[in-house]
Amino acid sequence: MGHDKLHFEIPAKTRKWCFGLMGLGVLSAIVGGVADETHGQYWWAVLLICGFFFLAVSLGALFFYALQYAAEVAWTAQIKRVFEAMFSFIPIGLAVILVVLLAGQFHVHHIYHWMDSSVYDINSPNYDKLIADKAVFFGAFFWVRIAIYVAGFVLFARAFRKWSLQEDESPSTELHLKQYRRGALFLVYFAVFSTTIAWDVLMSIDTHWFSTMYSWYIFSGMWVTCMIFATLLIIWLKGKGYFTKVNDSHVHDMGKWMFAISMLWSYLWFCQFMLIWYSDIPEEVTYFKTRYDNYMGLMWGVFFANFAIPFYVLIARDAKRNIKFLQRVGAIIFVTHFLDIWMAVVPGTNHGHEFGHHPGFGKSLLHWGWTFGMFLGFLGLFIFIVLRTLSKAKLVPVNHPYLNESENHHI
Amino acid sequence: MFKESNLRKPLILGHKTYGDITNDIVNPIMGEAPKQWKIAITIAFIVALYGVGCIFYVVGVGIGSWGLNKTVGWAWDITNFVWWVGIGHAGTLISAVLLLFRQRWRMAINRSAEAMTIFAVVMAAVFPLLHMGRIWCAYWTLPLPNSLGSLWPNFNSALMWDVFAISTYFSVSLVFWYIGLIPDFASIRDKMTNHPMRRFYSILSFGWSGRAKHWTRFEEVSLVLAGIATPLVFSVHSIVSMDFATSIVPGWHTTIFPPYFVSGAVFSGFAMVQTLLLIMRKVMKLEAYINMRHIEYMNIVIIVTGSIVGVAYLTELFISWYSGVEYESYAFINRFSGPLAWSYWCMMTCNVISPQLFWFKKLRTNLSFTFFMSIIVNIGMWFERFVIIVTSIHRDYIPGAWGEFKATSIDIGLFIGTIGIFFTLFLLFSRYFPVLALNELKTILKTSGESYKKEGAHH
Repeated sequence: MGHDKLHFEIPAKTRKWCFGLMGLGVLSAIVGGVADETHGQYWWAVLLICGFFFLAVSLGALFFYALQYAAEVAWTAQIKRVFEAMFSFIPIGLAVILVVLLAGQFHVHHIYHWMDSSVYDINSPNYDKLIADKAVFFGAFFWVRIAIYVAGFVLFARAFRKWSLQEDESPSTELHLKQYRRGALFLVYFAVFSTTIAWDVLMSIDTHWFSTMYSWYIFSGMWVTCMIFATLLIIWLKGKGYFTKVNDSHVHDMGKWMFAISMLWSYLWFCQFMLIWYSDIPEEVTYFKTRYDNYMGLMWGVFFANFAIPFYVLIARDAKRNIKFLQRVGAIIFVTHFLDIWMAVVPGTNHGHEFGHHPGFGKSLLHWGWTFGMFLGFLGLFIFIVLRTLSKAKLVPVNHPYLNESENHHI
Repeated sequence: MFKESNLRKPLILGHKTYGDITNDIVNPIMGEAPKQWKIAITIAFIVALYGVGCIFYVVGVGIGSWGLNKTVGWAWDITNFVWWVGIGHAGTLISAVLLLFRQRWRMAINRSAEAMTIFAVVMAAVFPLLHMGRIWCAYWTLPLPNSLGSLWPNFNSALMWDVFAISTYFSVSLVFWYIGLIPDFASIRDKMTNHPMRRFYSILSFGWSGRAKHWTRFEEVSLVLAGIATPLVFSVHSIVSMDFATSIVPGWHTTIFPPYFVSGAVFSGFAMVQTLLLIMRKVMKLEAYINMRHIEYMNIVIIVTGSIVGVAYLTELFISWYSGVEYESYAFINRFSGPLAWSYWCMMTCNVISPQLFWFKKLRTNLSFTFFMSIIVNIGMWFERFVIIVTSIHRDYIPGAWGEFKATSIDIGLFIGTIGIFFTLFLLFSRYFPVLALNELKTILKTSGESYKKEGAHH
């Protein structure tokens, strides 16, 4: 082919695929807008789910990237541009969330019950004491937090990328040590604000409900979807002849992460569920009661797909080195994590009536169809943004001090 | 060819050969015991004897000798239990999780951390066993066929899960530790040509010959055990946390408990490892192997896990308000402003605020400060369990049932006594066992040894 393997170019066919998926997404959004029977509530919920899901993948990448610096990891030195490309999606993900939140604030939809001002008014029939007591948290302070997320995540992502590109031009250990310090700093920022963003964007949908575990459970989902996307992308790039020095051991390690974080997610999901189910306190159990009543199959399906499949398929060493296994299991977990976010949102926004009352098989299929269509649209956009960023810099950072260790990674 | 980056500081200082490593670790075992060791074990043994006395007293008289009452049914006993189990976690984390993460620095500390784990779990087991009142009925917790009518463990109870979790944990940790010791025992045996103890080490080493086949088996079994031990790091303290979290007591029932307890356990465990190793490296002159880099890394683990615990404390505090549940909020208001608020603030200061000082490199590479902090963290983590247990139950739903807890001399004696027993066991270990995994250390000598790294830099 003759092109320099250090510079990635988006193949024309892939570009077409991405635009095709985006087109499908737009079409699905239109179909959804027309077919939706919930006065737009479900349509906005799907937009929120898609936006949050892909924001989560990119935030997971930013977290993992910072972790690699803070923990002085060498083997990922070669593939760090993949994570940089993934976190370049953060502004878009945040923008989608922002659109949904603003639409809620202007009462286009009622995903966030607490955005309704009448619940705070003691003279209104809608007065809700539980929400009114939390007015401090949901008022202007909410928007301050949103501003902090937008500013913090975008600025950190940009700074990491900037120094990373600088290092390509001028080798400097000082720059690496700066990244190390900033990585540690970001982890502190992330520990606080990944927690609150999960409360603000997702947990507050079920406004009365609360769970201290919730934010860590959402975080583990971010992490696992990020690891899957990165693994599949690395495998794909290797298949195209890039990353010649990324060997089986790197793939194996990515597989280990996929396996390990799937187990972390399963552990957190199960602990949260079990403790709430076991103690059966009315204030808490409502959350799972709604899911039990209307989404029993989906709820357990998501759990078992995300726990049992990676557990049984990926536990063996050879499985984690087998590209086909990783691709298939990865694809399943990726999609079921989308359904996990769906389960976090829709029962709270539509209470079992997202497809209208008594929808029947045909209608359910239609609604699931455009829901997944929108997911695929976002996937196309995400892939395109990631690949575009990937094509803008050297695929492998040439002056990374751990490059030699990474190239000689054998386990 | 693989060459460790020069950004990484050496793990073994000075110019050491393979022979030096063996000598540095085996010679102290063969020689006369140092004076400091004799003094230390005498003190520890006296304290241990006092502890054993307290144990016999409790068995004989019953747990009425503790300060428990109708409202506060769990206090120092379960606090001590959770504290000791938590301390045990560092050993498993170092030997299993850090093994999976290929952290080479773990090789200098894993052996003593694993020993610490085992002794700590034994100390932990003392408390629930005594709490049963009739310790001779302890086997009733096991699902054994019996002729005592409907006597059968209640598998719905988290306390029951704990029996299995802890006993599994103990068995796996013991096997893991012992397997690692086998080649090192053989090295001691081979050094001791005419020593009276040779026979002893010969039995302990199970006829290890160092053949390639032995090593293959050894590595396979280590990896499998690491694989089993990793979920155990999580499961044990998760299940300990469920002793509380499955209840409906405000302050106990909170979903974040399992991962937060795990993190807290690792936090306290590393603090105890620091306490022990800072003394051991000095007394046994192991500064070349357990050097500043190891200490700094352990301090980093302490700051990370301490901050995770901090996030969990604040999450709990926030959610208790956010929940809008009166009892839930009160449990936390009572924690930070009630009659036991001093213990809450002690916990907050020791566990969340003071470890943040380790952000300063000067402090986290300072030996005296590290030692001081390791004690502070141990104190803080004891108070964490005390706060969770006692402040959550001493003020019941009905103010008429409110009570107070006052520790008796037996409560205190038992706790101090277990520390004595623990230190006695650890000192015996450090005298007669290879305190560093010497055969494992040899595998990193050429990549991470100071003089070899320097040589490599010239090429």
